[in-house]
Amino acid sequence: MRHLLSAKDLSREEAVAILDTAATMAATQQREIKKLPPLRGKTVVNLFFEDSTRTRISFEAAAKRLSADVINFSAKGSSVSKGESLKDTAQTLQAMGADGVIIRHPASGAPFRLATSGWIDTPVINAGDGKHQHPTQALLDAYTMRRNLRGDDAIGSDLGGVRVLVVGDVLHSRVARSNVDLLHTLGATVTLVSPPTLLPVGVERWPCAVSYDLDGAIAQGADAIMMLRVQRERMSAAGGGFFPSPQEYSRKFGLDRNRLAALGPDALVMHPGPMNRGLEISAEAADSAQAVILEQVTNGVAVRMAVLYMLLGGSEGATGGTA
Amino acid sequence: MTSGTPARSATERVVLDSSDIARALTRIAHEIIERNNGSAGLVLLGIPTRGADLARRLGERVLQADGRDDPAETLVGTLDITLHRDDLRRHPVRPIEPTTIPASGIDDKVVVLVDDVLFSGRTVRAALDAISDVGRPRAIQLAVLVDRGHRELPIRADYVGKNLPTAAAEHVRVRLAEVDGVDEVAIGRSTGEES
Amino acid sequence: MSAPASKDRSGASVAAPARGTSEYLILGATLPDGSTTDLLLRDGVIAATGAEATSARDSGVSTIDATGLVVLPGLVDLHTHLREPGREDAETVWSGTRAAALGGFTCVHAMANTQPVADTAGVVEQVWRLGRDAGWVDVRPVGAVTVGLGGERLAELGAMADSAATVRVFSDDGVCVDDPVLMRRALEYVKAFDGVIAQHAQEPRLTSGAVMNEGVVSAELGLTGWPAVAEESIIARDVLLAEHVGSRVHICHLSTAGSVDIVRWAKARGIQVTAEVTPHHLLLTDEAVRGYDPQFKVNPPLRTAQDVLAVRQGLADGTIDIVATDHAPHPSEDKDCEFDVAAFGMTGLETALSVVIESMVLADDVEFGWEDVARTMSSAPAAIGRVHDQGRPVAVGEPAHLTLVDPGSRWPVVPRELLTASDNTPFAGRELPGRVVATFYGGRATVLDATPIPIEGLA
Ligand SMILES: [Zn+2]
Repeated sequence: MRHLLSAKDLSREEAVAILDTAATMAATQQREIKKLPPLRGKTVVNLFFEDSTRTRISFEAAAKRLSADVINFSAKGSSVSKGESLKDTAQTLQAMGADGVIIRHPASGAPFRLATSGWIDTPVINAGDGKHQHPTQALLDAYTMRRNLRGDDAIGSDLGGVRVLVVGDVLHSRVARSNVDLLHTLGATVTLVSPPTLLPVGVERWPCAVSYDLDGAIAQGADAIMMLRVQRERMSAAGGGFFPSPQEYSRKFGLDRNRLAALGPDALVMHPGPMNRGLEISAEAADSAQAVILEQVTNGVAVRMAVLYMLLGGSEGATGGTA
Repeated sequence: MTSGTPARSATERVVLDSSDIARALTRIAHEIIERNNGSAGLVLLGIPTRGADLARRLGERVLQADGRDDPAETLVGTLDITLHRDDLRRHPVRPIEPTTIPASGIDDKVVVLVDDVLFSGRTVRAALDAISDVGRPRAIQLAVLVDRGHRELPIRADYVGKNLPTAAAEHVRVRLAEVDGVDEVAIGRSTGEES
Repeated sequence: MSAPASKDRSGASVAAPARGTSEYLILGATLPDGSTTDLLLRDGVIAATGAEATSARDSGVSTIDATGLVVLPGLVDLHTHLREPGREDAETVWSGTRAAALGGFTCVHAMANTQPVADTAGVVEQVWRLGRDAGWVDVRPVGAVTVGLGGERLAELGAMADSAATVRVFSDDGVCVDDPVLMRRALEYVKAFDGVIAQHAQEPRLTSGAVMNEGVVSAELGLTGWPAVAEESIIARDVLLAEHVGSRVHICHLSTAGSVDIVRWAKARGIQVTAEVTPHHLLLTDEAVRGYDPQFKVNPPLRTAQDVLAVRQGLADGTIDIVATDHAPHPSEDKDCEFDVAAFGMTGLETALSVVIESMVLADDVEFGWEDVARTMSSAPAAIGRVHDQGRPVAVGEPAHLTLVDPGSRWPVVPRELLTASDNTPFAGRELPGRVVATFYGGRATVLDATPIPIEGLA
């Protein structure tokens, strides 16, 4: 593994190895001294072309707990508007000695371009690109499911047999794409639940089921339900809105009290954040005992530590050997 | 730390068999109790992979010799040192092993580090760093099954199963039933892959 | 003669035996119908063929051994972006037409989306003069349909038609004339001077932010999709409008199976519609976008394998009338970036004939011979553009616009070696069949030994 660009690129073995490493990282984070030395002397760049404070600080915390130096480069607005190009920015950062680049970008495929165009030669970690992928989000979601559903037997295991509902705006969601790919790789069964307007043409070829009926999907049984964020403003705009009104969306696709009860107390309630309380998820569901939304945030740091360690912790190309 | 393949190559020579290993461990267990006036306040931390198995065996012997019937977990843990190695970036990424500390912790305890082979001393140095991340013991001691010499750091073992004078070009293979299906220590010509 | 000669960008030519002469004897060329003949070119026309031509052999005329070469009427492109005026960093009339000559063309239609837009007699005459002065091919400017391509009011179509450039093809290419009333008026208005509206069929509301074909691949890549219906709905509307007002309409770069069906239906109904397909839509699919390489970003987008098959079959059965390059050069910085922000377009003048040979002539699943190549790349586009002295048969008395191609020669596409000023070819690294060995424009050799020959004193 040289880069982490897409959850689709991960084999089952690689994904399980990342989750296992994340588990050991998480254990170190219970200690008084949380900092570990493996990336000492390395510089990691947070290259964010899009606002996302929570993802940025999660990566920053992960890198710093592995003793890396972190440079935060916020380039919002300067890239797509034809100022400094992505290429120039990346090359500048590499010239400053970056050992790894974490990139968040509004254009799908920008991390792929960065990793494959020969502009730079450092590992690239995709922290979310357009409507494409957000692999560390999928990994932290899978980690959270595995920890809660597998308990003490988690290490080494996948998510075989786990039933997951992903509900909401799939069309614009990199979280949905990454989760479908990774959960499928890990053996889980995924059902996307969405109004037809918020599903991409071509979704029928994805390794998952599709439903327009949340109540029907819940009735089939689920071990976890993941509510996707809905952009209230643009979603119901006049002429070409994706649904008639936030109220109708909430009635048909929101996780409310009745649906929470129908899920049963053992199903995990998840959300990648930030939440629109009262739109896609009720406060009652978000604050319920079965909600693991804050744990997802906590686990994000451990998962990102694992990814950073596995991409930057060794030397690329050095021959292996026993120790 | 040595991790060998189970199959023994033709050029190898066995220097300790399973009864030698058992005797050595029993002797070390007694030395630990003697030196620390019993097993109270002791924690044995094994360095994965084989050090962890040796620590568990040692712990069982210490408890038995000290007349205690507590479960081994109260005395024995494992300590992963991967993240503290000084040669991380000279190798492909190594998988991290879990670190498990007995519930009572290590603060103000006497920690006995356990490993299979003491060679350059770099593994032990990394282990000392790793321990300081977990807590602050009163003292740290070192137990190894084999000391083969060639130290590169000012480190020595408190308890040694067997001193094995070796040439630098030789390798030492420790095999344990838990991992390799057999208990033995062998010496062979090195293929240059050992540290 | 088939070895590709060096094509450095200076335009300097190697010494050619026929340099400076205006008489050529072409020996043993294979005509599109498969027969072979000798051809004598003199005074800008085909002066003789067969034995009469052969008899000129000892008169000191330059001879070209064309054994194994196919002679085609000079190729005519109905859709070329020469970028001048305004974007001379991407291409100039001179560099683009020289590339055209090397691709076997003797006539290109220069699209109107320059800066300023070719929406007045002044701009079209400027482009026409630049083409004439360069001397590589006949440059036929395309006039904009609406002022500034703005889609709001008609440009002075009559003035452009009456200008020295005698514009007959009008297009807002790059932008669709989506207002149905405006499109109707344009279709009607150009009847007065036998013009044609070439429509870039793209429903703008259905393609807002779109960067690639909408389907399985776009869903996976998370790139905004461009539905086939955005093209097909405009074509359906426009053929019905053309029928209603009795005008002819030309469909630019048709790209979907549904579009082929609509045009086929319209032709069966007697509607005066013609259609073009680009070389890249004959060969490439949206699978090429998987690497997010903007070299594969083009408007209309690369479609599915089913669409590619449909346009190939449509070209073979005559539903699609012509191949047009949509040669769209861009400077490298407009492609060396994120897919979303990259420019649309691919170069094509120097690869078009080769791609047609690869995708049509050499293909097993369609019937397409050299006469079809001559029809779809020369006579039909000339007829649509009302270019009366191009696309003529290879026969005595006809203008000497000819292309000699070596069908057996394969050549690697190396962007820096192409003569177009831009490097944005989607065929980089491929080996393509068919090399243009010589091009004659009005009897003058613009290409010999696969090397461009500038007019004396203009190099
Ligand atoms: Zn166009």
